Amino acid sequence: MNTPVSGKVFEVANGLHARSANDDGIADGDELLVADNVSLSFGGVKAIQNIGFDILKGEIRAIIGPNGAGKTSMLNVINGFYHPQEGTITFKGEKRSKIRPYMAASQGISRTFQNVALFNGMTTLDNIMAGRTLKMHRNFFWQMFRHGPALNEEIEHRRAVEEIIDFLEIEAIRKTPVGQLPYGLQKRVELGRALAAEPTLLLLDEPMAGMNLEEKEDMSRFILDVNSQLGTTIALIEHDMGVVMDLADRVVVLDYGKKIADGLPTEVQKDQNVIDAYLGVPH
Amino acid sequence: MDLLYNVFVDPFAQMAALPDFLLQVLWEGFVSGTLYALIALGFVLIFKASGVFNFAQGIMVVFAALSLVGLHALGVPAILALILALAIMGVLAFSVERLVLRHLVNQPDIILFMSTIGLTYFLIGLGELIFGGEPKSMITSELGLPTGSTTFEIFDGILILQHIDIAAAVIAAILVIGLGIFFSRTRIGRALRAVADDHQAALSVGISLNQIWAIVWFAAGIVALATGIMWGARSDVSFALQIVALKALPVLIIGGFTSIPGAIIGGLIIGFGEKIFEVYWGGLLGGGVEGWFAYVIALIFLLFRPQGLFGEKIIERI
Repeated sequence: MNTPVSGKVFEVANGLHARSANDDGIADGDELLVADNVSLSFGGVKAIQNIGFDILKGEIRAIIGPNGAGKTSMLNVINGFYHPQEGTITFKGEKRSKIRPYMAASQGISRTFQNVALFNGMTTLDNIMAGRTLKMHRNFFWQMFRHGPALNEEIEHRRAVEEIIDFLEIEAIRKTPVGQLPYGLQKRVELGRALAAEPTLLLLDEPMAGMNLEEKEDMSRFILDVNSQLGTTIALIEHDMGVVMDLADRVVVLDYGKKIADGLPTEVQKDQNVIDAYLGVPH
Repeated sequence: MDLLYNVFVDPFAQMAALPDFLLQVLWEGFVSGTLYALIALGFVLIFKASGVFNFAQGIMVVFAALSLVGLHALGVPAILALILALAIMGVLAFSVERLVLRHLVNQPDIILFMSTIGLTYFLIGLGELIFGGEPKSMITSELGLPTGSTTFEIFDGILILQHIDIAAAVIAAILVIGLGIFFSRTRIGRALRAVADDHQAALSVGISLNQIWAIVWFAAGIVALATGIMWGARSDVSFALQIVALKALPVLIIGGFTSIPGAIIGGLIIGFGEKIFEVYWGGLLGGGVEGWFAYVIALIFLLFRPQGLFGEKIIERI
């Protein structure tokens, strides 16, 4: 079902406004998130071993590595899906213990998934509206009757969502159930849903997997725009090296659950350990 | 020739000859239709929020009604008993979430379905332990529900409307409209649909699965209590009601598992259909048609429109 707000014409500004990305008192370039000595294992499988790195406010941080290196596990730790056995995550200067994913979301961490995880039965619009769950506070009673403050709230959120739709150039599929969309567009809707929460830190798990060149270029442009226009800090996992080199400010490289390099893209590219990990070395 | 006459001509001749009787049949069909819809509604709620067919809905109806009657039998005033019965359904919802569902996050739907079967047998046992197995009568008049009937003169005949049936239709309508609006317009409603589609994604946008599940099971508990009162008032409060609840299955197949309006339309189709068929065509088949008619309609729907009239389109990308 839709959420129509009849009689309202939305004037969508050119591009999005930075809404809340900078309200947490951390200046650009300061540490937004610090992972310290994190270890995670599933039974005997050591997914992550003593990994430590930081994400600075306002940067695009890439996490790369061969398959099975522990990249997605790392995102899951940051996002609260997994709880590391050892080590700590400090977010916005606060060291945190076990948190649940919806708490991470309320602290300003949004994410997309490696295998698109959308609400398939719902339209693009409703999917992105769902991303604003945490921003809506009015009593459900008023929401049912679309009355008073709840009506204003609905209109305000609808406007924010329309801006995102405009930004991602997905106007045409606004009312299409997302299950019917091609893969590339689904990825874009998923990004829209993550953006709807106006996150401080956006985690992208292989945002360009399975895309053709043109779609990759579009997605790269969106990621750069999100970063520069909204000031959103981004951590992304990506396999396409060309993309990583173009997008990322700094890169951390994982292999077999260990960190093997950390630095500027150009430095990492020349690092012998990284080359070995990707190309393999004779043992 | 005789057969064709009996199938295609005679029933309609009867309808035309006794229009007042036809109206009475339609009314009976309407009432049982709303009651089916009410039961189906409980299933739809949980299916919408978790993608699971809640096998325990039937026993929840019985359990809610038994709690109400049982509390009243202990000397609790009817209204207080009603509130306490609601509270019991709330506790049940909370416990189901805490003890069963929470441990099954991200498991396949079939696992959740099996857990509702387990829940069914647990509740049957618990219910019999506390309230005993014998049928009880619903405290209709104590709850302030009307009991009389009104007779209309129409088409040179009479039409009798039981007041309790009218009340059932009104209550069903209120519940349906209220829940429909709740689902389509509120933040929680959207969150419910989100949870049904994808647990992980719902968590990542800040939806608390635990909270949503507790809410939806409580809503289903409220519907179960309303259903229990209405069905109980027409027959008895007994564990047999649980079997009646399975009539909701064909209703859901016709209306679509995820649609609240679908539950209503499906319920009415079954209600009208089986009453009319029983009265006018039942004799040809030796009677007892009401028992299986709904399932035959459901089978036909499965052949031609497996998602039901109002269900979400089945989308398969290959």
